[in-house]
Amino acid sequence: MLMLKEVLYQMLRDARSQKLRTFLTGFGIVWGTVAITLLLAFGTGLKKQMIKSTAGLGDRIGIAWPGLTSKPFQGLGKGRRIRITEEDLIAIRSQVPGLRSLSPEFAGDMKLRYGLKTYPVDVTGVTPEFGGMRNLIPQAGSRFINPIDMEKQRRVLFIGNKLAETVFQKEDPVGKTVILNGSPFLVVGVLMPKNQDSSYRGRDHDQAFMPTSTYRALTGAKYVSNFVFQPAKVLEMKAVSNGVLTSLSRRLRFDPADKEALSVWDTTEQFQFFEVFMLAFTGFLGIVGSLTLVVGGIGVSNIMNVVVEERTKEIGIKMALGARQRSILTQFLMETLLITGSGGVLGLLISFGICSAFPKLGLTDYVGDPQVSPVVALITTGILGVIGLLAGYFPARDAARLDPVVAMKL
Amino acid sequence: MATRHEEIRADRPIIEMVDIRKVYDTGKVKVEALKGIDLSVAKGEFIAIVGPSGSGKSTLMNLIGCLDTATGGEFRIGGELVKGLSRDQLADVRNRRIGFVFQAFNLLPQISAAENVAMPMIFGGVPAKARKERVAELMEKVGLGDRMEHKPTELSGGQMQRVAIARALAMNPDIVLADEPTGNLDTSSGGDIMGVFLDLWKQGRTLVVITHDMALARRAGRIVEIRDGRIVRDAAVGPEEGAASVSAAAGAHVQGLASTAEQAA
Ligand SMILES: Nc1ncnc2c1ncn2[C@@H]1O[C@H](COP(=O)(O)OP(=O)(O)OP(=O)(O)O)[C@@H](O)[C@H]1O
Ligand SMILES: [Mg+2]
Repeated sequence: MLMLKEVLYQMLRDARSQKLRTFLTGFGIVWGTVAITLLLAFGTGLKKQMIKSTAGLGDRIGIAWPGLTSKPFQGLGKGRRIRITEEDLIAIRSQVPGLRSLSPEFAGDMKLRYGLKTYPVDVTGVTPEFGGMRNLIPQAGSRFINPIDMEKQRRVLFIGNKLAETVFQKEDPVGKTVILNGSPFLVVGVLMPKNQDSSYRGRDHDQAFMPTSTYRALTGAKYVSNFVFQPAKVLEMKAVSNGVLTSLSRRLRFDPADKEALSVWDTTEQFQFFEVFMLAFTGFLGIVGSLTLVVGGIGVSNIMNVVVEERTKEIGIKMALGARQRSILTQFLMETLLITGSGGVLGLLISFGICSAFPKLGLTDYVGDPQVSPVVALITTGILGVIGLLAGYFPARDAARLDPVVAMKL
Repeated sequence: MATRHEEIRADRPIIEMVDIRKVYDTGKVKVEALKGIDLSVAKGEFIAIVGPSGSGKSTLMNLIGCLDTATGGEFRIGGELVKGLSRDQLADVRNRRIGFVFQAFNLLPQISAAENVAMPMIFGGVPAKARKERVAELMEKVGLGDRMEHKPTELSGGQMQRVAIARALAMNPDIVLADEPTGNLDTSSGGDIMGVFLDLWKQGRTLVVITHDMALARRAGRIVEIRDGRIVRDAAVGPEEGAASVSAAAGAHVQGLASTAEQAA
């Protein structure tokens, strides 16, 4: 109790006698903390934002389009069109290990009539799994296409939120009947608004989705426009993608190395690049911040050396009164930790302040909101602790090793 | 604390020095500050150490106080051999057995008088409650019961030295060591401080006090005179003939070493 009080008192006194030096050092620690914390925080925010907008397209999926063969294969010439049926896809499903979801897409333009008005609409026939893969989340009170819709070829529609606004304005679309290419359809779901930064057939909020079975019955379509698949584990994307390619090439007889016969867009690729980029970025900023902290630490160590010199007499007196080396060592270590600690706390507070003020700047859509995660705070605290200990240890050890007689004479 | 005093056999002196030597090696020159000191102090004695400047009084004091170690000879404090003790063991001996009073008071300036007195007890691991009681008791004893919360700078020299004495007594040490305790005080406060020492002596304390002031030394039970690193006189001061013997000693002092040595014998 007395010790702690005395340590606090000493710290204030030393800070006062070394105003400029303390200020500069404190500034170093505060700045280093702010640098590390903010950098890590912005990194976290940016990453979250990136995932969020990428997730608009889908949850780490692969998208494949059939095309024309560009290589001859087993006596078959090039320039052959590859046609994939829903049955082909169902057949290869079990052949690809690690494949979690797979959905064909049958796409076409249709005329949607509601009341007296008619609208041109992009319509896609998909399976229930499609919703999960592509993050088509239904608004409250509505749903996506389900397996019974599929089985019974129900004429149901899941529509994009913007399309819903255009057609129904203020009305609730769910439960309404619309006429699609002459057939009545029941609207069962409306898309929850989402951030979508990329697409391959217009934004989801403008589209309408129905079961593949219904679509095929309605249009007589045989071949899929493209299909979407998702591995069970993100890291297995490459393997699953290759598996799909191999199985299909065997079934439809084309060269698996033929990039044009079946072109695959791996949406996790940009994500992987981003991961690497963020790692490098965070690493760089982390190093800059840590170096600042180290410089601050050297400053603290410097101050403590002066402090020990100034207080040599006091140390001698304490030794005469029976202070063991460890008491002296602890006292100076605690003092150093207090200086670095206060600088660190101040730095963390400033960082929190900046992070909570940031959303008001309106930059969220571009860089996300910085977040001081517990991990970030913990890392910063850890680095500060190590620096404080190192900065304090050597001056403190020098103090503890003083000769009491010599020390008291000063 | 009582048990520790029982450890010391009644007939065993608290301080036993045999042929103690101290050489300061400054690299260039070697200074022989003590050249073979034999000194024995029994429990309850009050010794004044006198001698000219540079004679080795403070050096001897530092050795007795375990602040420094001898370069030769054997020194026991309370029967415990000091030679070969580690720094922390020496710190413990200082904490438990010795109470220091310095010429420059050596109080810690940022904390209150009471906190200064408590300091040795913190190092000695005395629990907070017991510490508090003991501080109050000691401050009362040195007549500063109403100055507990004062900072040293808010006290007079004499008061500061009283706080230092209270601090020296905190761990109930075997011996109180004072190096020129009145050196920084005027005659009247110096006399006061001497009065406190005499009270302590009456209560059975063992005291070793260095002083330049013969008038003060004369009031102790025994005077040890050092010259050039050697004890040249070690004589008891009889209560009645105290004044006479000291004035004789003072005379001898002027006449020279030979006669002083004779008197000591
Ligand atoms: N740390 C040291 N290094 C070298 N020589 C020292 C040291 N301390 C004391 N001395 C020398 O040892 C001798 C005795 O010194 P000491 O301080 O014991 O004298 P003293 O009797 O206390 O003198 P004073 O009455 O002036 O305080 C002196 O010659 C002094 O110069
Ligand atoms: Mg001296």
